[in-house]
Amino acid sequence: MKYQSQGVAKLYFIAAIALFVTQILFGLIMGLQYVIGDFLFPTIPFNAARMVHTNTLIVWLIMAFMGAAYYLIPEEAETELHSPLLATIMFWVFLAAAGLTVVGYLVVPYATLAAVTGNEYFPTMGREFLEQPTITKIGIVIVVLAFLFNIGMTILKGRKTVINLIMLIGMVGLAVFFLFAFYVPDNLVLDKFFWWWTVHMWVEGVWELILGSILAFVLIKVTGVDREVIEKWLYIIIAMSLITGIIGMGHHYFWIGTPEYWQWWGSVFSALEPIPFFMMTVFAFNMVNQRRRNHPNKVATLWALGTAVMAFLGAGVWGFLHTLAPVNFYTHGSQITAAHGHMAFYGAYVMINLTIISYAMPLIRGRNAANPPKAQMLEMWAFWLMTVSMVFITLFLTGAGILQVYMQRMGENPESFMAVQDNISLFYWLREGAGLVFFIGLIVYVASFFVGHDEPEAAE
Amino acid sequence: MAQTFTKTMARNIFYGGTAFFFLLLIALTFDTLGTLPERDNRAALDSPVGSQIKRGKYLFETNDCIGCHTLLGEGAYFAPELGNVYVRFGNSKDAIIGFIKSRPANGIPGRRSMPQFGFSDEDLDALAEFLKYVSEINTAGWPPNIQG
Ligand code: HEC
Ligand code: HEM
Ligand code: HEM
Repeated sequence: MKYQSQGVAKLYFIAAIALFVTQILFGLIMGLQYVIGDFLFPTIPFNAARMVHTNTLIVWLIMAFMGAAYYLIPEEAETELHSPLLATIMFWVFLAAAGLTVVGYLVVPYATLAAVTGNEYFPTMGREFLEQPTITKIGIVIVVLAFLFNIGMTILKGRKTVINLIMLIGMVGLAVFFLFAFYVPDNLVLDKFFWWWTVHMWVEGVWELILGSILAFVLIKVTGVDREVIEKWLYIIIAMSLITGIIGMGHHYFWIGTPEYWQWWGSVFSALEPIPFFMMTVFAFNMVNQRRRNHPNKVATLWALGTAVMAFLGAGVWGFLHTLAPVNFYTHGSQITAAHGHMAFYGAYVMINLTIISYAMPLIRGRNAANPPKAQMLEMWAFWLMTVSMVFITLFLTGAGILQVYMQRMGENPESFMAVQDNISLFYWLREGAGLVFFIGLIVYVASFFVGHDEPEAAE
Repeated sequence: MAQTFTKTMARNIFYGGTAFFFLLLIALTFDTLGTLPERDNRAALDSPVGSQIKRGKYLFETNDCIGCHTLLGEGAYFAPELGNVYVRFGNSKDAIIGFIKSRPANGIPGRRSMPQFGFSDEDLDALAEFLKYVSEINTAGWPPNIQG
């Protein structure tokens, strides 16, 4: 760690991991509710567990992005962070808002939460992923604005690098597109149309900029490859992300009341969306092959390569699978969507955050370069357990999805939703099993922060 | 990458490409907004039951129906699609009302269960009116069949 103030990232990373554990616990609860329908009913209805699962996911990803920014921006800018104090205060505000919201989801009925938070005066609640009470959303805006101010001032006073610039653009985009979460018209089609301006523009737009800049930063550090080369790749990857991804939003406008021409715009452009993810894979492997040093932090390199591969599989391949309108007609809103959602979120955004945490945490904790070999070995175990079980979760959900589509939406005698769900319950049991392995991997991951740290650190 | 392809060129493609396709999105958005009145059943929102539909949507949101169900294919995949439930229930608001009203408070043993929300009669009517309105949106022929 070159600058004292980079240390604030630690708070963000620790809270992110704690929320990650919460997320997976609730994933397991839901996985069980899929097969034992009345499990924990009515104490924790499925929808409450789902809100906790998806909202903790989004919050911990954003928290880790912020941690990443607080770590890498001072280093790139070659100056201390503008205000570490502001970063610390905003961390606690963010954590309190997230914690209170999760407690709210679990202890009172959602309608009560809406009533006590005054949703009727400014209704924004009750849409997928954006279920947070309006005051929480306002809290998030304040935290993000303070964050933008802080990193913006740091960038202004320091060295201007491409990585910092792209990170800043990505984060400003995150803030701007979140504003659509406050627009909830009565007209359902308009509502859905602009809901995607937050959800799609995040995951298939500006978040890819954040992903790219973190990946580029870590690759420069662990490979020692010339910055000029890496920055050129970064520009061209994110250029392709936005060139394909902006109009690619059309793949969500096939069946929600929007005109049919979106079937063409959406299919054509979103079919190109795998390109930037493929380039990312080529980029990461190329840079590691051309490396000028053998960085002792082997596991950080593994996470970086893993991100590149899994993001391509989850977003690129599994996204392409159902993105053409004639296919999406059958798969829309089925377990195929869930399969893709899991692998894409894990492969792209979970893994990039675990990459930067893996790279930065040893340095924040006072190492010269990396953790001792034993701790790294444990973290590698966690990598493989989580990644392989996520592949299986995806495969089982894909199996469930294909059968669901076939039985419920095709053929002469389509069966009802509930009957089909019963028929394919085997796949849900298998998914729950893979989910348990994922959870074990996560425990190993957490353990890797504590085990083997009294040994000498790994050398080149 | 070849030396002839410089970082400046890559940067220009990024800014130029982003600006161009964002403007294209804005243009397509305006065109879409122009065509929606014929497709999105907004006439219903201005009809005598309009205020009930709006109330129904508010109840749909503040009870997190989307946390178990899909609506026009978006949401959760735990429970049946609701965009066409009005049609599936034989174009009957009463059938929808009856279903929501009759959910047992402690669930159905072993079966995926829907909560008993304890809605008033007006609220039930508003929800059913909202689901009817949704079923009349032009969704380009989706879902493939009545099962949703
Ligand atoms: C905790 C999950 C959950 C929530 C929240 C929920 N539902 Fe349901 N809903 C279900 C399940 C499960 C079924 C299937 C029940 C069965 O077939 O026994 C169902 C069935 C239905 C049906 C009948 C669908 C059909 O095709 O048979 C309607 C209508 C419905 N729900 C409306 C609503 C409305 C309106 C809301 C919000 C006020 C809501 N639901 C909230 C779980 C939920
Ligand atoms: C890292 C990037 C990505 C993430 C995190 C991601 C995540 C998701 C999620 C969570 C959903 C479900 C949304 C909902 O609940 O309604 C979804 C839907 C979808 N995604 Fe992605 N996605 C990514 C990239 C892509 C790409 C590159 C493609 C296309 C090649 C794609 C194609 C689709 C399609 C077609 C749907 C709609 C599914 C449906 O009709 O139900 N995604 N994505
Ligand atoms: C890091 C790992 C994980 C990530 C990134 C993740 C992400 C997500 C996302 C994005 C959704 C919304 C899906 C959509 O709308 O398409 C979701 C839903 C869900 N997840 Fe996960 N999840 C993870 C792990 C798990 C695990 C381990 C389990 C359980 C075994 C699980 C079970 C579920 C279930 C049951 C749903 C609800 C699907 C539905 O709507 O019916 N998840 N998860």
